[in-house]
Amino acid sequence: MLRVRDLHARVEQQEILKGVDLEVKAGEVHAVMGPNGSGKSTLAQVLAGKEDYEVTAGSLELEGEDLQEMAPEERAHAGLFLAFQYPVEIPGVGNSYFLKAAVNANRKARGESELDAMDFLKLLRERATLVDVDEALLRRPVNDGFSGGEKKRNEILQMAVLEPRLAVLDETDSGLDIDALKTVAAGVNALRAENRAFVVITHYQRLLNYIVPDHVHVLLDGRIVRSGGSELAHELEEKGYAGFDGARAGA
Amino acid sequence: MPTATDTIEALAERDYEYGFVTDVEQDTAPPGLSEEIIAFISAKKNEPQWLLDWRLAAYRGWLKMAEPTWANVRYEPIDYQSICYYAAPKSDDDRPKSLDEIDPEILATYEKLGIPLKEQEMLAGVAVDAVFDSVSVATTFREKLAELGVIFCSFSEAVQDHPELVRKYLGTVVPRRDNFFAALNSAVFSDGSFVYIPKGVRCPMELSTYFRINAMNTGQFERTLIIAEEGSYVSYLEGCTAPMRDENQLHAAVVELIAHEDAQIKYSTVQNWYPGDKEGVGGIYNFVTKRGLCEGRRSKISWTQVETGSAVTWKYPSCILRGDDSVGEFYSVALSNNRQQADTGTKMVHVGKRTSSTIISKGISAGEGQNTYRGSVRILRSAEDARNFSQCDSMLIGDRCGAHTFPYIDVANPSAQMEHEASTSKIGEDQIFYCNQRGIDTEDAVSMIVNGFCKEVFRELPMEFAVEAQKLLEVSLEGSVG
Repeated sequence: MLRVRDLHARVEQQEILKGVDLEVKAGEVHAVMGPNGSGKSTLAQVLAGKEDYEVTAGSLELEGEDLQEMAPEERAHAGLFLAFQYPVEIPGVGNSYFLKAAVNANRKARGESELDAMDFLKLLRERATLVDVDEALLRRPVNDGFSGGEKKRNEILQMAVLEPRLAVLDETDSGLDIDALKTVAAGVNALRAENRAFVVITHYQRLLNYIVPDHVHVLLDGRIVRSGGSELAHELEEKGYAGFDGARAGA
Repeated sequence: MPTATDTIEALAERDYEYGFVTDVEQDTAPPGLSEEIIAFISAKKNEPQWLLDWRLAAYRGWLKMAEPTWANVRYEPIDYQSICYYAAPKSDDDRPKSLDEIDPEILATYEKLGIPLKEQEMLAGVAVDAVFDSVSVATTFREKLAELGVIFCSFSEAVQDHPELVRKYLGTVVPRRDNFFAALNSAVFSDGSFVYIPKGVRCPMELSTYFRINAMNTGQFERTLIIAEEGSYVSYLEGCTAPMRDENQLHAAVVELIAHEDAQIKYSTVQNWYPGDKEGVGGIYNFVTKRGLCEGRRSKISWTQVETGSAVTWKYPSCILRGDDSVGEFYSVALSNNRQQADTGTKMVHVGKRTSSTIISKGISAGEGQNTYRGSVRILRSAEDARNFSQCDSMLIGDRCGAHTFPYIDVANPSAQMEHEASTSKIGEDQIFYCNQRGIDTEDAVSMIVNGFCKEVFRELPMEFAVEAQKLLEVSLEGSVG
């Protein structure tokens, strides 16, 4: 589904990604772990197509299509979803209004008929229940005045409503207490499906107790230095990233 | 009511008094401003002597006044002697015969706003039957109002049919020498609306200039007077979301509102005069004086405006809160795109006890637009326990535009409670990217973010107007984010 090859990217003249390879198949959950500054969030932003990030070499393909040729909204239409590390506030715009606009923009782009208010409300309620989000959240402006936990849950709700092919979760666990973490993880698990893949980006192993990945990758200084199964996350938890310095030197 | 004899006598007298013979066959006055021209306008409109005297007094005051320069706007000096101050409405022969003769760019905008064909023709001034359809609609509408004793007519008609009301109230809220542009308007005003709501009547429909078909082509020096008697209510809509072309570059309107005890006036404006091209060439200068007097106890005046048009806007709808417990409100969205400049805000003057005022201002700047909020809140000594809440938010789109805020607060009674909030935000690339990532394209994202920003003002507008206003912002902002 997702194929990243020898990806180099920079922001403001500084090279952050120095040759990342990543292949994700439908139905899989991949975890990308790494310390601060290793390039995790850059990878997420580059996948979503944020302008400030310049790809200098390598390729990015989603379902065989070249992502670099696509605008951010086109990537969304193609089924790419990014759960933001810092969800953005949009004062005055109702959460459910925003989601309806998003759903219909995607449907329109895919040549499907737009949902009317009733059908959308039905979908929204069903998904809110699935990922355990309080309906009161739907009536408030997008992320405006939300607590950290509410913002992250709202990202998961949006994911549930938009039904992406590939969901990238950028440090969705950061700043969450254990209860919120469990809710978010349960939401993700509820959305796991054969035709859907996840890339879960995280600093800590903690989240991976609840979202069990099929593959774990360690990102250090802009390169994936090791890949393995879910046991790799536990190894990291014990040794810390320092233990992988040698691997980097060898790479 | 003046009899025909009175009128003839007045005319005869006038000619004598000013030694000026009016050529009534002439449709357009020569350019320039003089006492003769004012007498010509007044004669054309068959006005009583007192009104001509009133105009002349305004003119003499205006001659001694200087054009204000304190506003944060720049424009070429206006040559007041090159302006034509009276032109009769165009005859059908001079008007475009069909929409084919109208600038395609304007037609494209009509399309975007979803304006029906018949209305497009009317707005573009096409000489067709559509206008007659509207006349009959307007007539039915007026008959309904007349049953309730509501008077809704053009200012000129009011001068003929209700001179006692016009004479009693004209200039009582905006004195004829109030300011440079108000004085000019008082001297040469062309036409406008007149509304009178009798005691205890709640006007059952929104009064809109749209229904006052004879209001076309009177935009240049418009004069509006609205009187709400004790316990009455009226909601008045001014303007139109469609872009209005006008050959006259200078617009100087005056609006006066009077609310008696327990009366309420809600005045909503959507202003979309031609803003000029991208370089700012040819746009309208809109210099307006709007003021409401809360004369009686518990009266309320509420101004809501959406200003998207004109090259230069200079406008401060204000309230004088004279009656005890009276309420003044100002809700504003002002957008300046390309080379537009807007200096707008309000004045709230608290005179009576326990008077309260609310100011919500949303300024949006895009392109190279400059947007200024200028507001003054004055609490006089007599205004025991007065309250004001002001909120002024500015939004910047792009990095070549500007937002400026000048709040003036003057409190002479220590019991006053004042709150002032202000914010400036830049439409974030982060916000746009967030929307993009959810599948929403940039143009839709901007209009969504801007509409969210303006929500507190839009919800004060009557329903259909609010929908149109949103659409209008969308169209006005097209291409502002690239």
